[in-house]
Amino acid sequence: MPANTRQRRAVLFVTCIVDQIYPEIGLAAAELLERLGVEVHVPRGLTCCGQMAFNAGFRDDAYAIGGRTIEVLRGQGDVVLPSGSCGAMIRHLYPELFHGTRHQAAAEELVGRTYELTEYLVDVLGVTDVGASFEGRIAYHDACHGLRFMGLGEQARLLLSNVRGAEIVPLPGADVCCGFGGLFAVKQRAISEAMLADKLEGIRAAEVDLVVTGDASCMTQIAGGLSRQKSRTRARHIAEVLANKVDARTT
Amino acid sequence: MTTQPVAFYDRVEDALRDSSLQTALDRATTRFVANRANALAQLTDFEDLRARARAIRAGALARLDDLLVRLAENVERRGGHVCWAEDGQQARDYITSLARDRGVRLVVKSKSMASEEIHLNHALEEAGLEVVETDLGEYIIQLSGETPSHIIAPAIHKTREQVRDLFERHLGMEPTDDIPTMTRAARAALRQRFLQADMGISGVNFGVANEGAVCIVENEGNARLTTTAPRIHVAVMGIERVCESLEDLGVLLQVLARSATGQRLSVYTSVLSGPRRPGEPDGPEEFHLVLLDNGRSRIVGGAYAEALMCIRCGACLNACPVYQNIGGHAYGGVYSGPIGAILTPLLQPDLPDVHKLPHASSLCGACQYACPVRIAIPDLLLRLRADAVRQGKYEWFEPLAITAYRQAMTNPALYSAGGRLASLGTRILGGRDGRLGWLPPPLDQWTKERDFPAFAAKSFSQLWEERQRKGGKPEQEG
Repeated sequence: MPANTRQRRAVLFVTCIVDQIYPEIGLAAAELLERLGVEVHVPRGLTCCGQMAFNAGFRDDAYAIGGRTIEVLRGQGDVVLPSGSCGAMIRHLYPELFHGTRHQAAAEELVGRTYELTEYLVDVLGVTDVGASFEGRIAYHDACHGLRFMGLGEQARLLLSNVRGAEIVPLPGADVCCGFGGLFAVKQRAISEAMLADKLEGIRAAEVDLVVTGDASCMTQIAGGLSRQKSRTRARHIAEVLANKVDARTT
Repeated sequence: MTTQPVAFYDRVEDALRDSSLQTALDRATTRFVANRANALAQLTDFEDLRARARAIRAGALARLDDLLVRLAENVERRGGHVCWAEDGQQARDYITSLARDRGVRLVVKSKSMASEEIHLNHALEEAGLEVVETDLGEYIIQLSGETPSHIIAPAIHKTREQVRDLFERHLGMEPTDDIPTMTRAARAALRQRFLQADMGISGVNFGVANEGAVCIVENEGNARLTTTAPRIHVAVMGIERVCESLEDLGVLLQVLARSATGQRLSVYTSVLSGPRRPGEPDGPEEFHLVLLDNGRSRIVGGAYAEALMCIRCGACLNACPVYQNIGGHAYGGVYSGPIGAILTPLLQPDLPDVHKLPHASSLCGACQYACPVRIAIPDLLLRLRADAVRQGKYEWFEPLAITAYRQAMTNPALYSAGGRLASLGTRILGGRDGRLGWLPPPLDQWTKERDFPAFAAKSFSQLWEERQRKGGKPEQEG
C-alpha cells in the first residue's frame, strides 16, 4: 500500500473533456489520490491545455488557452492529469508553443512537475496496488500520446495487475491508435472509422468485459464504436477501475 | 502522372472501398512490421545504432555544402561527370540530352524515388526513348501504368492475383498465382533488355563524399545489371543523401536494411565509383551523377530540416495505421505515408490539396517510434498544419469552432455557460441512455458510425465545488 505519500499535495487537472462529459472520471481520480493520502486541489478556472487548437494548426488560439493555463497553474506544485494526451501537450509541446514568449520560463518549469495519473501513482507515490477489485476480464488500450510521448504503459499494467478478481487479457494491437486524434476523427472521418474498426476487432477477439484506457478521448472513440455495435464490452477510464467505480455487471 | 485530378478525401474513400488494396496492404504491412520486429530483436544495441545513425545524418546535413563539393570532386577525379540540377527540369534536360547525344535508344532503370519525383520516365519517353523498369515492383507498376505506392515496395498495393492478370496480358504467360513462377517470367523478359540497353539509370541510397562513390542496395540484382551492363550509367541522387565516409555508410546500412525489409543486410550492396578504368573487365564507359536539389536546399536549416534526415526505408509507412488503411496513392504525391505527408507539401507545394496531407495523421507517433533516425514526424506535421493555417488554409468550420473554443476556454463564465448549454442540448438529443446517434454538421461526421456521449448534467467543476462546500461527497447527478 502507500509507500511514499506523506503529506503530498497535488493539483488535479481533470481536462476539459472530463470536466464537461465525464465528471465521474475526475471524481474517481480525486478519490483515488485522497485515499493514498494526497491532498487534492482543483484551482478555480482551470479549463483546458489548448491541444485541440494546437493540433488544428491554430497556434495563436492554443497560445491564448495554454498561456492562461500556465498562469492558473503557476506556483501550484505537482500537477496530475487523468490523460496522457493532455499531459503530453504540456510536457512535449508547451516548450515549442511558448518558446521565445513571455511564458517560456513558466512553461518549462511546469513541464517538470506535470504527471499523468498512473505515472504519478507508480513513479511518484510508489504505489502499485490501490486495493481495487473487479470481477471480470479487462484489456488495456495504450493511449498513443501517453505511450510514445510520456513513456507510459507499464504503470497502468502494473496497477491493473493488482486489481483483485480481474483477469488481465492482452489486447491484440493494444499499442495501435484507435483513430480518435481530436479533430482528425471528424475531418478524416473515413480513416478514423477504419482505424476504429481495427481496434474493435482486437477488442472483440479479446472477449473482455472492460477495455480500459488512460485517456477519456480514446475512451470516447472506442465506447462510441462499441455502443453503436451494441457490444457487451464497455470502455472505461483507468481511474474509474482503480477507484472501484466500475462494477462487474454488464449493461 | 502522380497528380490525380480528384480531391484528397475522395482518394481516401476510394482507397478504403478498394477491397484488393485492403487485402494487399494487410498482407504486406503486417509482414513488414513483423520482419522489422524480428530483425531488431536480434540486436541488443539498436537504440545505440539509431542514435549513431541520427548523428551521422544530422552531421552530414550540417556540412552539406562541403560534403557535396567533396563528393563531386572525387567523382570527377575518378572520371565521372556531375550534374548539379537545381530542379527536375534541369535534371531531365541533362539526362535526355545526354541520351540524345550518345545515340541511346533503350534505357533500363533500377528503383529510384528521386527519378519518380522528377517524372523522368515521362520525359525520356517524350524524347523518343524506350524505358524499362527492372525492379520487379517497378516493372509491375510500369506494366499497369501506375506510380509507386510505397517507398521501397512500389507495387505493395497490388495483390498477387492482380499481378497474375497483368502478366497474362502483357507477357502472355499462363495464369498462375505462384510467385516464383511469375518472378521467373519477369526475369526472362527483363534479361534481354539489360543486354540491349544503352543507358542504365539508377537511384542512390547514399553518396560517399570521401570516396566519390554511390552506394545502392537492392535484393534482386537488377541494380547491378542496370549500373554495369549498359555503356552509360546515370545515378540520380537527392542532395541530402550524402555521407562522409565508408564508416558512416556502414552504420547507415545497418539501420536501413533492418528498418526497410527486416534484413540484416540487403542481398546486394554495391559501392560504385566512376566508370570502368583501363584494364578493368566490366563496368560502364561513362558515369554521370545527377545531384538533385528540387526544393531540398530550401528546407536545410529551417523548421523542417529534420525531414531531410530520412533514409527512405519506409518503416514509418508500414507502422502507420493511416497508411495501413489507405495505402500510398491516396496521398497524391510521390512520397507517401507519414514522411510523405511532410515531404510532399515541402517539395511539391503546388499540388492541389497538398495542405491537407499533414492532417492525414492521428499524431499517434508510431512513425517516429519506427523511424531509424527518429525524425520527429508528428512535430513536423504539426508545424505544417500551423503554416497552412497562417496561409488561410483550413476547413470551413474551423475558424468558427476554434474561436468559440478559445473564448470558452479562456473565459470561465463563458466556459460554464457553454458547458450548461451543451449539457442541455446533448441530453435532450441523447434521450434516456445519454448516447447520441446524430449530431449536426460537422459533427455528423462523428455519428455516422459512432455514438457520442451526452455532456454531464453537472460538470466536474460544479460537483467539486459542491463537494468542497459540504466538506464531503458530492451530490450524484440525477
